[in-house]
Amino acid sequence: MEKYNIEGTPKTPAVNFDLAAGLLEIRGRSIPENSIEFYKPVTDLLDKYGASPKANTTVNVQLEYFNTSSSKCILDIFKKLETIHKGGSSIAINWYYEEDDEDMLEAGEDYQAIISVPFKMVQVAE
Amino acid sequence: MSLDLFDFYDKMERNNILLSFKGDITSDLLTSVLQIMESKMDNLQEDNKTKKKVYNVLVECLQNLYHHMDDAPPAAEGEPSRSAIFMIGRLSNAYNVITGNYILNENISGLKQRLDEVNALDKEGLKEYYKQILNNGEMSLKGGGGLGMVDIARKTGQKLGYSFQPINDKVSFFSLNIKVTLNSN
Repeated sequence: MEKYNIEGTPKTPAVNFDLAAGLLEIRGRSIPENSIEFYKPVTDLLDKYGASPKANTTVNVQLEYFNTSSSKCILDIFKKLETIHKGGSSIAINWYYEEDDEDMLEAGEDYQAIISVPFKMVQVAE
Repeated sequence: MSLDLFDFYDKMERNNILLSFKGDITSDLLTSVLQIMESKMDNLQEDNKTKKKVYNVLVECLQNLYHHMDDAPPAAEGEPSRSAIFMIGRLSNAYNVITGNYILNENISGLKQRLDEVNALDKEGLKEYYKQILNNGEMSLKGGGGLGMVDIARKTGQKLGYSFQPINDKVSFFSLNIKVTLNSN
């Protein structure tokens, strides 16, 4: 199965999507001016993965910063995961935030309120 | 026209301006400005919370300028249409992010209404409004359909300061003034 692996830049996160392992990881900063363009390969691949997902999928999101245009794209990803979850394949989303970063915790809680997928807040040291 | 450079300097000094820019707002410029501001805040030994808040607000303010640069033609002939201004200042208790750009007069009432709407909401109201736009709002290449202003108001816990200065029968100059109070206060 396919893999999608890109390095992070000052404005875009590192993305690691291992379809065979059922693992999607997004880490770093997500503040591009054009978020739709950046996330399109991920959402496209997620559509493909959704057609024959693994029994269990783990999603790790660990962002230092993200802008509001990324927030829409991230919700898009979560909504696709929600569809896969409803289809019977189990999804677990881990949302990482630094212990003093209330804004990042709140952002995770916003998503948690919108989508119905097991969503865990994971505190990490600064 | 004579340019009194000392007058510029003095005004910027008295307002504790750390960085200012007037001109074409490009993606590369924003990358550089964000890098400069990060290292300035490191040098000023701001705490982690303050750095994050200021950085987040800067990203939204500057990308807002970037996305809406093309919305209004220049007020004067020969001026680049993507020209705008921004200044970042540090007062004793807060960071100030000020942006200015032209806006078509016909777009003022819509923008004013949106800003007033955001300013009328409290913390809980902003949270609900944010989730509503995030979940139902139209996403465009220009950003999150008004999500930026709500996000700024939410993260700063302050009202969005703004003004519209009439230039001619076509355009006005829109100024946005955002205050990020320091964490220790």
